[in-house]
Amino acid sequence: MRTIAIMKRVLKELLRDKRTLALMFFAPILILLLMSFIFNSNATPNVDIATINLPNALYDNINNTKHVDTYKYSTKKAAKESLNNGKVDAIIQKKDNNYDLTYANTDSTKTTAVKAVFNASMTKTNVSTMKKQLIITTTALAKLTGQPASTSAKSAAPKINNHYVYGNKDTGFFDKILPILMGFFVFFFVFLISGMALLKERTSGTLDRLLATPVKRSEIVFGYMLSYGILAIIQTILIVLVTVWLLGVEIKGNIISVIVINLILALVALAFGILLSTFAKSEFQMMQFIPIVVIPQVFFSGIIPLDSMAQWVSDISYIIPIKYSGDAVADIMMRGSSIWSLGLDISVLLGILVVLTWLNIVGLKRYRKV
Amino acid sequence: MQTAAMNLQHLVKKFGNQTVLKDVNLNVRAGEIVGLIGPSGAGKSTVIKTTLGMEVADGGSATVFDTTMPNRQLLSNIGYMAQTDALYDALSGKENLIFYAQMKGISKSEINKETAYVAKVVDLTDNLNKRVNSYSGGMMRRLSLAIALLGSPKLLVLDEPTVGIDPALRRQVWKELKSIRDEGRSILITTHVMDEAELCDRVALLLDGKVMAFDKPNALKLQYNVDTIEDVFLKAEGVE
Ligand SMILES: Nc1ncnc2c1ncn2[C@@H]1O[C@H](COP(=O)(O)OP(=O)(O)OP(=O)(O)O)[C@@H](O)[C@H]1O
Ligand SMILES: [Mg+2]
Repeated sequence: MRTIAIMKRVLKELLRDKRTLALMFFAPILILLLMSFIFNSNATPNVDIATINLPNALYDNINNTKHVDTYKYSTKKAAKESLNNGKVDAIIQKKDNNYDLTYANTDSTKTTAVKAVFNASMTKTNVSTMKKQLIITTTALAKLTGQPASTSAKSAAPKINNHYVYGNKDTGFFDKILPILMGFFVFFFVFLISGMALLKERTSGTLDRLLATPVKRSEIVFGYMLSYGILAIIQTILIVLVTVWLLGVEIKGNIISVIVINLILALVALAFGILLSTFAKSEFQMMQFIPIVVIPQVFFSGIIPLDSMAQWVSDISYIIPIKYSGDAVADIMMRGSSIWSLGLDISVLLGILVVLTWLNIVGLKRYRKV
Repeated sequence: MQTAAMNLQHLVKKFGNQTVLKDVNLNVRAGEIVGLIGPSGAGKSTVIKTTLGMEVADGGSATVFDTTMPNRQLLSNIGYMAQTDALYDALSGKENLIFYAQMKGISKSEINKETAYVAKVVDLTDNLNKRVNSYSGGMMRRLSLAIALLGSPKLLVLDEPTVGIDPALRRQVWKELKSIRDEGRSILITTHVMDEAELCDRVALLLDGKVMAFDKPNALKLQYNVDTIEDVFLKAEGVE
């Protein structure tokens, strides 16, 4: 099997390149650790809130807040469904005299925003109720010189209960970007190292010589895919273990599913690397692809909320592989989705993979016509 | 007349607007060594690459064993040694040999025997377990030649195989090449060493995108009325 022989050779070369290996395996861990220390900041995102049985005054105040959309639901069940679908970010329900707040909490900035909106609206509502009651009281007083109204009894502070679907009140920004970050590491390192490897193969003449043997072009591409696939699996396992054990991040879904998604992403990165290496004449030119190909992926991957951007800008995200892996991994990690329910993300990734692989196999025709 | 191992007819090759090969006619018969000589940049390597299908010809035809090139299956009958060494320098000599043997489709049971044999021919047996990045230039060249010899191909295409190889070893290599020829296999070899050209059965002189002369060394000397192939070369090029 030539494919296997090529895979073994590529792995052997990689294993002997200790520096590159260290870069691939330890750099992501180091960066993850650093980021977990650094990130816990907040911004004002757009939030969608489901409301159940809220008093009209409170409802209006919440609804009139900037960056907030509200949806009225009559049952908790229906609201919960929307929460799980990601249609709304939180549910506010009035139960007797108390308030139940349920947050999806997949994005801690949104949780914080909902809390702030709720508190502000409550205060506003209370103030206006108090004002009204004050007027009633004063008129009543003037008329009857009667007893003071029992306003204090009526506005006795209602209890507020917070519920979190994912994580707890300590879940931070880091948890949100982790799925994307994971994908980014896999993509970045596999892209760069495989691109360099194929470039070297081309400049050193070994590719020509390889193609002077009866090897099939597809066997070369698949050999590379196998070896880098194995590498990506190890890398993902390492990153997942670090996030779970060292950083204490909760993964609700199946860890294997997370690895599978990252494996597919790695293969996309590999195909990308091989494809772009044909346009580079030197290792430095390969590096020049980083700002063009890799960095924009980060911007459109969802680290920065896309719903606040212009439509055409956020449309770009549909061709960004990291977005799909990030979405899928986030669903698995935070909502506990099964891999089978992520068909769309996975099929888009696989689609990109198939197209790039095909381009690579055809592209090798440049070096041998058959 | 024996069957042709390789036959180029009216081969044309352009790079951009530079026409490197204008009209190349060349054939190698079974059981002969053909030397391809010509000044640097004449297009010797280009002839070889076009024949093997690494460059696409702009005209003419190239056949190997009566099959039009490029043809993937046929490549298993051709041992190619490029002008650059084309080795994996993180691997040992032996690992390089085994890898290329696998690529050539040599069966598992044969691989050990084959690699040991070719290593002996180029005198690398003692250095096979060293990494290639610790090899000397000549050792790399020999390893590259050994790779071309793998699998006893019926046609050997060698692009300057003896550059950087010491005289004793060069003699040994030529002895091997001759015994390959005597087995009825064919060799196309390019060289800048005119002593080597004298050892070929026929010599083709590539100049100005054409094969200016193609005959036995002695016939060439007679034709140009000189004593050595080196003089043929210089005279044809118009230096003297
Ligand atoms: N890939 C390429 N693109 C453009 N020009 C090329 C390419 N390969 C070769 N050439 C040009 O074709 C000409 C012939 O090159 P070639 O390598 O065949 O020469 P050569 O006879 O093998 O020379 P040498 O004896 O120095 O090896 C040169 O002028 C070279 O610049
Ligand atoms: Mg040359």
